Amino acid sequence: MPDTTAATATGGSSARSHPPAWRGPTVDLGQQHPRRGERVIKILLVAAAWLSVAVTIGIVVSLLAPTVTFFTHVGLGDFLFGTEWTGGFGDKFSWTDKAWGVLPLVVATAIITVIALAVAVPLGLGAAIYLSEYASERVRKVLKPVLEVLAGIPTVVYGFLALTIFTPIFAHLVQFNTIHNMLSPGIVMGFMIVPTIASLGEDAMSAVPLALRQGSYALGANRMKTTLRVVFPAALSGIVAAIVLGISRAVGETMIVTIAAGSRAQLTFDPREGAQTMTGFIAQIASGDAPQGSPVYYSLFAVGALLFAITLLINLVSIRLVRKYRQVY
Amino acid sequence: MTTATLPRANMLTRTRNRDGITSAVFAAVLWLCLALICVFLFFILAVIVQKGLARLDANLVTRQPSKIRPETAGVQSALFGTLWVGGITALIALPLGVAAAVYLEEYANPAKWWNRAIELNIQNLAAVPAVIYGILTLGFVVRGPVSIGAVVMAGGIALALLILPVIIITTREALRSVPREIRDGSLALGATMWQTTWRQVLPAAVPGIATGTILAMSRAIGEAAPLILVGATTFVTFNPDGVLSKYTTLPVQIYNLVPQDRDAFRDLAYAAILLLIVVLLAMNAVAIWLRNRYQRRW
Repeated sequence: MPDTTAATATGGSSARSHPPAWRGPTVDLGQQHPRRGERVIKILLVAAAWLSVAVTIGIVVSLLAPTVTFFTHVGLGDFLFGTEWTGGFGDKFSWTDKAWGVLPLVVATAIITVIALAVAVPLGLGAAIYLSEYASERVRKVLKPVLEVLAGIPTVVYGFLALTIFTPIFAHLVQFNTIHNMLSPGIVMGFMIVPTIASLGEDAMSAVPLALRQGSYALGANRMKTTLRVVFPAALSGIVAAIVLGISRAVGETMIVTIAAGSRAQLTFDPREGAQTMTGFIAQIASGDAPQGSPVYYSLFAVGALLFAITLLINLVSIRLVRKYRQVY
Repeated sequence: MTTATLPRANMLTRTRNRDGITSAVFAAVLWLCLALICVFLFFILAVIVQKGLARLDANLVTRQPSKIRPETAGVQSALFGTLWVGGITALIALPLGVAAAVYLEEYANPAKWWNRAIELNIQNLAAVPAVIYGILTLGFVVRGPVSIGAVVMAGGIALALLILPVIIITTREALRSVPREIRDGSLALGATMWQTTWRQVLPAAVPGIATGTILAMSRAIGEAAPLILVGATTFVTFNPDGVLSKYTTLPVQIYNLVPQDRDAFRDLAYAAILLLIVVLLAMNAVAIWLRNRYQRRW
C-alpha cells in the first residue's frame, strides 16, 4: 500500500512538470499486492449467504427422513384422506392401533384460518387504506406504533388471553361445549395478523404513483372513488400478496391454537367445538414425551412436512405476486 | 339558456351530495377499523396490567418456579434462561445475518441465477412457520448428528435460524439506503471493496441494522413454539450455568402455567406476561427511538 501511493505521487508530480510527455503510470496497475484478505472476507460473506440455502436443505432433510419412515408404516392415502386421527393415543410403540388420517387436523387449521382472515382482512385493509390514503402525518405517527406493538406481542400471550379472557366473553354470546373452541383463537389470531396485512397493504398502496391519483382527481373523482377505483386496483397484486402472507402466518401459528383450541383431534366444521390443528398436534407431542423411534415421534415429522409443504406453496404464491406488482411501475 | 343550465346544476349538486354521504360513510368505516384495532390493543394491555400487577413483586424475579406454592413462586430460572438463549441467538444470528446481507447487497451480481436463488430462498425462509425451525433443530442439534440434547445452545440455534432471514432482509434495506456516491467516493480514493464496506457503508447503515436487529430479537425472546420442540418445557428450577445447561424461558414458562387452573397459578402467569411485555415493549421503544433519532435522509 505505501509503495503504491508513493509511486502514484511521483508519477503525478512528473506528469505535472511535463504535461504532454506523460507515458502512462510508473507502476503496473494490474500487478498489485494480491489482496488475500479481501478474498478471504468475500469467501466468508458468500458462505454466510449460502448458509440460508443450507438451512432450507436442512429443513427438508430433517423433515423428509423421518417422514419416509412414517410412510413405510402408514399408507399415503390413509394419511391424506383418513378422517380420524388418534396418533396420541394407545400403545406408544404400536403402529396398528391408531388411526392416522390427517384430515381432522387440516380441517381445524383451515377453519381457524378462515375465522382469522374474516377478522384480519377487513380490519387490516381498512387500516392500510386509511394510513395510505387518508391519514395525516401526525395521525400516522400515532397509529404506526399501535400496529407495531400489536405485532410485537408474543403469540403465547395471545393464546393465554384467548383462553382465559376471550373464551369467557364469547361464552356469553354463543354456547360452547368445552372451554376449548375454534372461535376465540380464530378471532384473536385475526388481530395478531392485522399488522401483517395492514403494513404490507399500505406499502403496496403507497407504491402507486401520485400521478395516477392526480389524474383521477383532475377528472373529478373524490377521495373515496380515487381510492377504490384507481389506487386499490393498481395495488391489487400487492394487497393479495399481503393477504396470502397472512394466510401463511395463520396456518403456521402454533401457540394460540395449542393453548385455546384444545388437543382433541376431531373432524368438525362447528367453530364452537374445540379441535386440534396441525401445529397444535406438533406442539402437544413435543411438550409431552414422545420417545425417539415411536410412531407418534415419526408422525410429528410427517405432519410437519405437510405443514411445511402447504406454507411453502402459499409463500411462493405471495412472493410471485409481490414481484409482479413491483414490475408494474 | 338559463332554463337549460339550471336543472343541470341542480343535478350536479345532487350527485355531489350523494357522493359526499357515501364517501363520509366510507371514511367512517375506515376510521372504525382503526378504532377497533386500538380498542383491542388497549383492552388486552389493560387486562395484562390489571391482572399482572397483583404478583409483580420481588418474589417473581428472585424465586424459582414451584408446583406446590404458586403464591410465592417466581420465574427466575425462566428469566435467566431467556437472557442466555437471547444472548446465544444474537451472537449467532447478528454476524451471520449482516454478513449474508453485505454479500447480497454489496458483492453479489443480481443478474446471476444463484444469487437470485439465495434471495428467493431467504424471502421464503422468512415466512416458514416458527415451529418448523424447532423441528429442524430437534432433528439435527438436539438429536441426530450433533445430539447435544435439550440445552441452552439448542434453543439459541433454533431462534437464531428463525430470525436470520429477518435480520438479512432488514440489514439489506439499511445498506440499500446508503447512497451510491459514498461507495463511489471511497473506491475512487483507492479503498478496496472491503475497506469501503467496513469503513463507509456499514457505519452509515448501523442505525437501520440496529433497529432491525432489536425488532428481530424481541420476536425471538417472545417466541415459544420452536423452544417447545427443542425441550424447553422441562420443569427447571435452577438458572442455566452455561450453554450446555438445561433451561426454560419466559414464554415457555407461561405456556407451562396454562394447564394449572388454580387462581394463584393464573396470577403468576399474568405477572410473567406483564414482565415479558414490559421487556418487549421497552425493546420496541428503543428500536423506534433509534429509527426516528438516527434515520438519515441522504
